[in-house]
Amino acid sequence: MKLRRSMLFVPGSNAGALSTAFIYKPDTIMFDLEDAVAPSEKDSARLMVFQALRHPAYAEFETVVRINELDTDFGMKDLEAAIRGGAHIVRLPKTENADQIRELEGHAARIEKACGRPVGDTKIMAAIESASGVVNSVSIATASPRMVAIAIAGFDYLVDMHAKRSNGSQPELFYARAAILNAARAARICAYDVVYGNVDDDEGFLREVAIAKGLGFDGKSLIHPKQVDLLHRAYAPTPDEVDHAKRVLAAAESAHRKGLGVVSLDGKMVDPPVIDEAQMVLARAEAA
Amino acid sequence: MKVIREAIAGTLESSDLLVKVAPSDKGVRDIVIRSEVIKQFGKQIKRVVAETLDNLSVSEGAVEIDDKGALDCVIRARVQAAVLRASDTQELNWEKLK
Amino acid sequence: MNNVLEQLSKQDARLGQFPPYTGANAGAPYLATLETKLHRKLCKSLEEAVKRSGLKDGMTISFHHAFREGDKVVLQVVNTLATMGFKNLTLASSSLLNCHDPLVEHIRNGVITKIYTSGLRGKLAEAVSNGLMKEPVQIHSHGGRVHLLQTGELKIDVAFLGVSCCDEFGNASGSRGRLNCGSLGYAKVDAQYAREVVLLTEEIVEFPNHPVSISQDCVDLVVKMDQVGDPSLISVGAARVTRNPRDLLIARRAADVIEHSGYFKDGFSLQTGSGGASTAATRFLEERMKRDGITASLALGGITGSICDLHKKGLIKTVVDVQSFDGDAAESLRTSPGHLEISANEYANPTSKGAYVDRVDVVILSALEIDLDFNVNVITGSDGVMRGASGGHCDVAAAANLSIIVAPLVRGRIPTVVRRVTTLLTPGDAIDVLVTDQGIAVNPKRPELEKRLRDAHLPVMPIAELRQKAVALTGEPEPLEFAERIIGVVRYRDGSVIDVVRQVKN
Repeated sequence: MKLRRSMLFVPGSNAGALSTAFIYKPDTIMFDLEDAVAPSEKDSARLMVFQALRHPAYAEFETVVRINELDTDFGMKDLEAAIRGGAHIVRLPKTENADQIRELEGHAARIEKACGRPVGDTKIMAAIESASGVVNSVSIATASPRMVAIAIAGFDYLVDMHAKRSNGSQPELFYARAAILNAARAARICAYDVVYGNVDDDEGFLREVAIAKGLGFDGKSLIHPKQVDLLHRAYAPTPDEVDHAKRVLAAAESAHRKGLGVVSLDGKMVDPPVIDEAQMVLARAEAA
Repeated sequence: MKVIREAIAGTLESSDLLVKVAPSDKGVRDIVIRSEVIKQFGKQIKRVVAETLDNLSVSEGAVEIDDKGALDCVIRARVQAAVLRASDTQELNWEKLK
Repeated sequence: MNNVLEQLSKQDARLGQFPPYTGANAGAPYLATLETKLHRKLCKSLEEAVKRSGLKDGMTISFHHAFREGDKVVLQVVNTLATMGFKNLTLASSSLLNCHDPLVEHIRNGVITKIYTSGLRGKLAEAVSNGLMKEPVQIHSHGGRVHLLQTGELKIDVAFLGVSCCDEFGNASGSRGRLNCGSLGYAKVDAQYAREVVLLTEEIVEFPNHPVSISQDCVDLVVKMDQVGDPSLISVGAARVTRNPRDLLIARRAADVIEHSGYFKDGFSLQTGSGGASTAATRFLEERMKRDGITASLALGGITGSICDLHKKGLIKTVVDVQSFDGDAAESLRTSPGHLEISANEYANPTSKGAYVDRVDVVILSALEIDLDFNVNVITGSDGVMRGASGGHCDVAAAANLSIIVAPLVRGRIPTVVRRVTTLLTPGDAIDVLVTDQGIAVNPKRPELEKRLRDAHLPVMPIAELRQKAVALTGEPEPLEFAERIIGVVRYRDGSVIDVVRQVKN
C-alpha cells in the first residue's frame, strides 16, 4: 500500500535541493516547474528535473512533476519532460474542472505513445487552488482512471475566497478541506492538505498537521525538508493503535483461512473499510 | 546543433555550475573547466560535458564551466540548457538529452 | 665567608657550602622601592615588555586561542616583533584561526620559522600547504601540547597571553572585562610552563583581582593594550543552533544512537564538539532526558550555550570548561557555581595525573574524512590543503566510552567516507560509531553496540556500504597527488608521530 503522507516540494531550478532532497526520505517527491521557478529559468529547470528524474538516487521514490498550466508555452514542454523523464505523477496546477483533466490525459497518452511508455502509465494529481476547483472537486477527482490524488493549494485558494489564513481551527479552510476529502474518498484517491509556509514555526506546523490528520487527509504538501520527519512522527500510530490494527488483520486472516465470509473481532463485525484502515495503520507504523 | 550566440545557464550556488557557451571563431570545440573539486573530479566533469555536447551534436563552440561541486545530472542539465539557449533551434530532441 | 658559615663549616665542610646572607632584599631586589615592589610588572608598551622579557632570535613564543576569531593578540605581538627586527622565532599557539592569515608575511620575512599548533586555517594554512615554510609545522592535540611542554620538546621562552582583566600584579581572569573569553584553560598551562609570562589586557583592575584563572605568582609582565580582541567576534550570545535540515537530521540520529547505546543512564557524562550537528544533538538529547528523567553528571568541553542551557535547566549537574565557545558559556562560567574552569592539563593530557576526558561516557565529534577502518582526518580538506584542527579530537576519542562521529555522507561533491584517510589524526580504534544523514556505521570492534542499535531499528549498515552510497552519488574521486616534501607532522596525543602532511601539487 503506497503511503502518501509527505509530498516534498523541490524547486526545479535549485541544484542544491535537487541533489539532496532524497536524503529526507519523503513518501513522494514533487519537482516543481511552476511557482518556484522564474519564467526566465523555466527552460533550464525543465532540463534539471528531467535529469534528476533519471538519477539513481530518485529511483526508489514516487516522483511528481508540477508542470505549468497547459495553456502556457511552458506547460506542454514540461509535460514532455515529465513523462519522458519517467515521473510517476504529473501535478496539474489550478485545476478548475474535469475538462482540464481530460485534456491533460489526451496529451499524456500522445506523449507516452511517442516515447514508448505504456499508455496510462503516467498518473495525475489535481491541485485545487480556487473556489471553482473546490465546487468541481468530485468531477475532477473522478475525471480519469489516471487520477491518484487531489491537493488543496491553500494560499491561492484563500486569495480567491477573499479570506485570510488563521491559526486556530481554520474555519476558512474547512469547506475546501471537506469538499476535497469527500471527493477523494468517493473517487478512492488520496487527499493532500495545504502547504504550511512558516518553516520556523514547528508548533504551528504540527497544529495544522493535527487538523489535517483528524479530518482524514492522507498527507500534506511540504516545502521544507525538516517538515518531513515532523509529519511522519505526527502520523505515526500509537502502540495501542498498532496493536488493535494487528488484531484486526489477524481476525481477517483467520476468517479467510476458515473460509468464512464475515470477519469478527471481539464479538463485533469488521467491515472491509476497517481492514483497509488497519493495513494503513501498520504501514504508517512501519514507515515512522 | 549549432551554437550561434552567446548564452549562459546555471548559477554559482553551491552544488550548481555556471555554463557559458559561445560560438567558436576558430571552428573548434574548446572546453575550459574551473571547479572547486578539480583535483578529484576534473576528468569526470570534462567527460560528462564532452558527452553531453556530443549527444547534442555540438562540434564547435567555446564552453566555459565554473563548477561549485555539482553532481553529473546537474552538469548535464546546465550544459544542455546553455546549448539550447545558444543554438539555432529550440526543438528538443529528447532522445539526445539522455 | 661570614661568621655563621664559618661555624657551620667547622662542624662539617659540606654545610659551609650554603650561600651566605647578604642583605634583607638580596633575593628580592624589587623590594627596594615602593615603585618596583608594587608596580614593577607594568609595561608602558608592548615593545617595553618584549625588551624586558629577554626575548632573543630563535626563541619560542606562545599564545592561546580563547578569543577565537576575535583574537588580536597574536598579530599585534608578531607585528611588533617584526618591527623590532626579531627573526627565526618558533610560534607555539594553542591554535591558529582565519584571523591569523597575516602571519604569512611574517613567515615569508623570516620572523617566524617554526610553528607548533593544534590547527591551521584560511590563507595561512593554504600557504603552508603550498610550501611556505622550510620546517614542517607540528600539529598536536590540546592534551598533546601539554605533554610536549612536560617532556621539554616544546619550551616556551615568552608567553604572550591575552586576558579579559588583570591587576598590576598579574592576577588575571577571562571574565569581568569588556570582552570575555570565559575559560582560560589553555593560557593557564602556558602561564605555568613559560619562562617569561607577559599578560596583555584592555583593563587593569584594582588589586587583588579575584577570582582568577592565572595567579600573580606565574606572571612577569603586564601590558595594557587598546585592543586585545574584537568582542563582536567573541562574545555574541549563544552560538546559534543550526537550522540546516541536514545537520538537524544527523543530530537527531546521533541522539537516537546515544539513547540506545546502553550509556544513556542517569548520571552519564557527555562532550560535544563545536560543529552544527554536534551542538544540535544536545537539543534532541534534552527531549529524551526530560522524558526519561535522566540527568547528566557532567558535560566537558569546548562548552557552548546549549550545554549551559541544559545546566540551567538542571539536566547537567556540572559543566567542566577548558574553552568557552560563546558569550552564554562565558557568562555561565562567571555566574554558576556548577560551571568549572580547568586547564588543558586537567582536560586532556594523557600523562597528567588525571584528565577529564577519561571520565566521559559519550562524545560527539566531527570529521572531514573517515575511512573504512574508521580512521579520522580533521586536518586536511578534500583538496589536500590543511583547513582544520586536531583540537581535543584524538584526546577525547581515545578516552571516552562511546565516541561518535557525525558528518554528512557527502559534502557538495566530496564523499566523507573514503577508502583511506588523506591524513590520519584519530585512529579507528578510538572511534565507535559514524552517524551520517544516509546511514549509521558501527566499528566491528563493538558488535554488542551494533546489535543494540539494530534492535532499535536504526539504519545501521557496514561502513563500506556507506562509501558505496556516497560514490554512487558523486562518482569515484581521483586520488590526490602530493609533492614529496613534508610540510606538516601530525603528533598523536602521546607525542608520537602518527602521520605527515605533504605539500600539495598544483
